[in-house]
Amino acid sequence: MDIIITGLLLGGTYALIAIGLNLQYGMARIMNLANGELLVAGGFAAFWFYTAGQVSPLLTIFVVAPLAFVANWLIYVVVLRPLVKRAKNRGQLEVDSILTTFGISFISVGLMLAVFGGNYFKYSYLATPVEIFGATYGSNRVTAFVVAAIISAVLLLWLHLSRTGMAIRAISVAPNSARLVGINVPQLAAIAFALGGAVTAVGGSVVSTFLTLDASTGVIFTLKALIIVIMGGVGDVRGTIIAALLLGILETFVARVIDPGLTLAAAYLVFVLILLFRPQGLFGQAQT
Amino acid sequence: MITSDETRNISIAVVLLALAACLPWIGGPYALTIGVTIVMFTALSTSWALFSGPTHYISLATAAFFGVGSYVTAIGIGFLPYWALLPIAGVIGAILAALVGLATLRLSGVYFVIFTLGLAELVRQLITYGQNKSGTKGLYVLTNINETMIYWQLLGLCALVYLAGWLIGRSRLGFALRIIGDDEQVAKHSGINTAAAKIMLFMVSGAVAAIVGAMLAPRYVYIEPAIAFTPMLSFQVVIMALLGGTGRLWGPVVGVIPFTFLWEAISVSFPNQTTLLLGVCFLLIVYLLPKGFVGLLQAIQRRSREALS
Repeated sequence: MDIIITGLLLGGTYALIAIGLNLQYGMARIMNLANGELLVAGGFAAFWFYTAGQVSPLLTIFVVAPLAFVANWLIYVVVLRPLVKRAKNRGQLEVDSILTTFGISFISVGLMLAVFGGNYFKYSYLATPVEIFGATYGSNRVTAFVVAAIISAVLLLWLHLSRTGMAIRAISVAPNSARLVGINVPQLAAIAFALGGAVTAVGGSVVSTFLTLDASTGVIFTLKALIIVIMGGVGDVRGTIIAALLLGILETFVARVIDPGLTLAAAYLVFVLILLFRPQGLFGQAQT
Repeated sequence: MITSDETRNISIAVVLLALAACLPWIGGPYALTIGVTIVMFTALSTSWALFSGPTHYISLATAAFFGVGSYVTAIGIGFLPYWALLPIAGVIGAILAALVGLATLRLSGVYFVIFTLGLAELVRQLITYGQNKSGTKGLYVLTNINETMIYWQLLGLCALVYLAGWLIGRSRLGFALRIIGDDEQVAKHSGINTAAAKIMLFMVSGAVAAIVGAMLAPRYVYIEPAIAFTPMLSFQVVIMALLGGTGRLWGPVVGVIPFTFLWEAISVSFPNQTTLLLGVCFLLIVYLLPKGFVGLLQAIQRRSREALS
């Protein structure tokens, strides 16, 4: 029971991060391997605001989100759109965007190392215990979960109920046909990419309230987010949320019962099983 | 059948290898250290390009194979003679590559990239876990193998890699791989077992990386997971191979030599900025040198030929 709740709390924040990546990969069709660095940058912002001005991380996200949105929109328009235009097919775009976002990822790690140094950074926020079903949990984890759940729910509703949300889902399913029904694909892809970036950066601020980050931890989060996205199905936000919760529980289980050093191994086990048996994702339709 | 062009290329290659083999007698200790780095990355990136060049599958597994290879030496040196360990490392590397390939190479390239991205970290976690269970921390590799011997071994391995690459390029397997790289659907329809072809080539590059790791283990003397599995190594190999160009067998080495000197210069004066350098190189390759130096050279050749005619 304890494991399940801790796992769900962790999985909730994973969901937020993975939704960000899914918006970028599933909707905007850019495999963004700099996603984890964005998360660390969001964490840095929260850390900096909290230690410098005692600003609560929950308020910082209102600064982080628009900043990350603009930054990602610029990255998409300036750096990635030329690649989308020159790519002859999806495979070509994938190779180019993988290399480019690796470049962006390394540049941001380099910059963060230069600015903040290679130290771990951690601050104590809401480190008070909360009791749920007779067991105690850090209230920062619970708060992070609640924030992540609210943001995920709003995004899910927006994607499924609003007109723009529907259009974004349309370009995820069929980018070429979407143009035929009058959807401005280049513009919406840029918005989806920027939105995904904003969500991930917010996820970073939220995660930093209870996890220790440093400039080079980004890649681990990128990996986990990628595994979650593939497990839940590319372009499927509901699947992402469920997959994230499952991974959170599994990781907590492995860390508690076997060894805390094996969390990535646990994620890989899931990944291999998914690749072998359901490469289209848990809830995806088999492709013919 | 060997054409006159090929005879010429082979003779050039043999002369260059013989010249490179003289380095320990000509250069000082510093030149030798740089030389080891260059031959090591030549072997790694050339074998990387054997697989990733034609298929465009970006493998980031080099660090994992390399680390496994160093562990083969570190563990095996107490039981077996050193020379027996190199082929064992190669076989283990090939088996690991086959397992990774079986899981991912039947699917699209993205899954492969993601899987290999974390592979080094995964193996590192597993070995750390195993060591914690058994209570050992690191392993000592005490041999009488010096830098010069490592250099010659790696150079010999390079020669083997070039030979293998040349033979594969002439074989049905190499032909099949080029078709897969052009259009996987076409390859499937013309009866090529695409997954098997990709896995075979990936095994070659996995085996080479593991052997390189096994050869370099005596240089480190003390092996622990954090030393053996440095994810950065995979990226260096990718950058060097792409910078040189993967379209030709001699492409990667054209990238390895300048990049090694650049990397040395940067790590001496700005040790924290090597990641930044890697990042800039990635962007440089995508936007300015999509076919590497080799592509650039060929474009210049073509232009000068057109200017003449």
